[in-house]
Amino acid sequence: MSPRSLFEKLWQSHLVQQLEGGAALLAIDRIFLHERTGSVALKSLAAAGRKIADPSRVFCTMDHIVDTFPGRGDETRMPGGSAFILETRAAARAAGIHLFDVRDPLQGIVHVISPELGIVLPGATVVCPDSHTCTQGALGALAWGIGSTEAEHALATGTLRVTRPKTMRVRFEGQRPAGVTAKDFALALIARYGSAGGNGYAVEFAGSAVRALDIEARLTLCNMATEFSAMTGLIAPDEHTFEYLRGRDFAPEGATWDHAVTAWRELSSDVGAHFDMDIEIDVSTLAPMITWGTSPQHAVAIDGVVPEQSASGTGPEAYARALQYMDLAPGTALTSLPIAAAFIGSCTNSRISDLRRAAALLRGRKVASGVRAICVPGSMSVKRQAEAEGLDKIFVEAGFEWRESGCSMCFFAGGESFGARERVVSSTNRNFESRQGPETRTHIASPETVAASAIAGHIADARALQPR
Amino acid sequence: MEPFKSLTAVAAPIVRANVDTDIIIPSREMKSVSKTGLAAGLFAGWRYTTIGGREPNPDFVLNRAEYGSAQIILGGENFGCGSSREHAVWALHEYGFRAVIAPSFSPIFFGNCVRNGIVPVRLPVATVQALAAWVERDPAQHRITVDLQNAVVRADDREHAFELDPESRDMLLEGLDAIALTLKQRAVIEEFWQRDRRARPWIYEIEEGASR
Ligand code: SF4
Repeated sequence: MSPRSLFEKLWQSHLVQQLEGGAALLAIDRIFLHERTGSVALKSLAAAGRKIADPSRVFCTMDHIVDTFPGRGDETRMPGGSAFILETRAAARAAGIHLFDVRDPLQGIVHVISPELGIVLPGATVVCPDSHTCTQGALGALAWGIGSTEAEHALATGTLRVTRPKTMRVRFEGQRPAGVTAKDFALALIARYGSAGGNGYAVEFAGSAVRALDIEARLTLCNMATEFSAMTGLIAPDEHTFEYLRGRDFAPEGATWDHAVTAWRELSSDVGAHFDMDIEIDVSTLAPMITWGTSPQHAVAIDGVVPEQSASGTGPEAYARALQYMDLAPGTALTSLPIAAAFIGSCTNSRISDLRRAAALLRGRKVASGVRAICVPGSMSVKRQAEAEGLDKIFVEAGFEWRESGCSMCFFAGGESFGARERVVSSTNRNFESRQGPETRTHIASPETVAASAIAGHIADARALQPR
Repeated sequence: MEPFKSLTAVAAPIVRANVDTDIIIPSREMKSVSKTGLAAGLFAGWRYTTIGGREPNPDFVLNRAEYGSAQIILGGENFGCGSSREHAVWALHEYGFRAVIAPSFSPIFFGNCVRNGIVPVRLPVATVQALAAWVERDPAQHRITVDLQNAVVRADDREHAFELDPESRDMLLEGLDAIALTLKQRAVIEEFWQRDRRARPWIYEIEEGASR
């Protein structure tokens, strides 16, 4: 057999039927829903009188609209928000799917809990009506975001009709410098190749620097594949992946586990496998990255300046609009910008390792006066673990709010937000206009950069701070 | 879904890179668990003078009288990037849009268009810019035709061929219900599962773990 890429192996093993128009009918192993977009899919499916093909393989969480304040219930700060929660709960119960409800000890952001609970497995196909479903590719799954109508299709048939993407391999090679994280790998890639650079591709992340990343960092890297406009990101599973999954709530056990691991060991790109595009990035030359504009491709090294239009990778109109929105001028040093707020959370960077790294910088230090700082753990399990390690105390003593888990202020839904035109440093994935609040100016970066900036009161280079 | 054969209509130029779905329909405008009631929130951040308000911003293209009946959008690169929210497409459709012409689309937005009867047309950026310039000279008269049957865009006495994968084209031309179509393959799907269940039992045997 000719050498195959990881993507081809996943594609072929799920191919139910080649369809006439050139698309393929692919079997879908896991479907995840949340109260924001899953609710409408469940409701519409029921209205059409259609049943879920296999409810035991469908999961649902409350993460987007649920409040993240202590003592939360079904009421939320988002206007009309509780309807989403109540309707999702009723629909999920009626459909007989797994539900991680508001008060469930396993509740959390969909892309944080699906790996954490062993719901996503190597070699599985996973879909969710949420663009960051690509996160799960970090475990060697074929996982991608879809719309609500596609979700209905997956629910009703257990399959999706998919047009095959091209394949790209991005090899991150070399020694990762101290202070440079998986988030910086992703931002560097998108800055270099553009936010449409991955359009039409399934992207495999490979290379020595990816092998050296722990599983949570790999999740961060794959999370940003959608900001690259790729269908998905994926990483070949290895012994670290299997160790990570062993014993997790929904992971296989006993003889089935052994059988699974044997099969999973086959899941890597063969030597000589074909990729439609193959690129290499030397990570030893990278610095921590931060965005200056309103697209993730508007990213520069933390010690850099706002670029001129000619060097911005953006057309004149979009460039002018981004600068005006962000209230910036070319040549301004990013580290000179005072901030009003700092946010650590989201499916990109809210796992326990993210919180540990941020806490190491915050220990014994204080958030600058006038800066609102918030930490939202990605799941209730992450929160419990952090509290067991005393990280919550470090955050609170430094001046951070310590929240219940959820998407929270990763996005603005009409409820809680940062102030109008406030400048925020955020560990999230999108710096779009008004994403985090009315005309909020978001700079995205690693949790380290967010912590260092919160302490300094302006955008700051975390490499200058000694962890404590 | 209503079939789409060909459409000649006013086109509204929003030729800017990375118009994301938060722009097309801000999250705060998705007020209920519903696919409808979204048109008023379409492009709300640009269309109105204040966040949450309804005072039209006279500068925004859709608020200009000559674009009042627009059914086609001329968009920029990576159109519809960001959140997977299908509400963006539902809002466009409810407002009256039936086609978007842009150099590239986010894959999820592209799929959402196809599932809702909006034709996503890919044309080179220079062509889209030329179309926008032509439209702007006389928006009401300079109408654009999107002919899906022949996969061409016609404007200014010229034709621009575009490519659309056959699956998407058929869905749009026939107005097909993809779920109904796939359900006809139920036997093939069941057969796949039976085979696969033996090969990968861990996919099918799900037990809630100890902490549940
Ligand atoms: S944390 Fe943000 S990006 Fe992630 S799923 Fe929630 S809203 Fe989306």
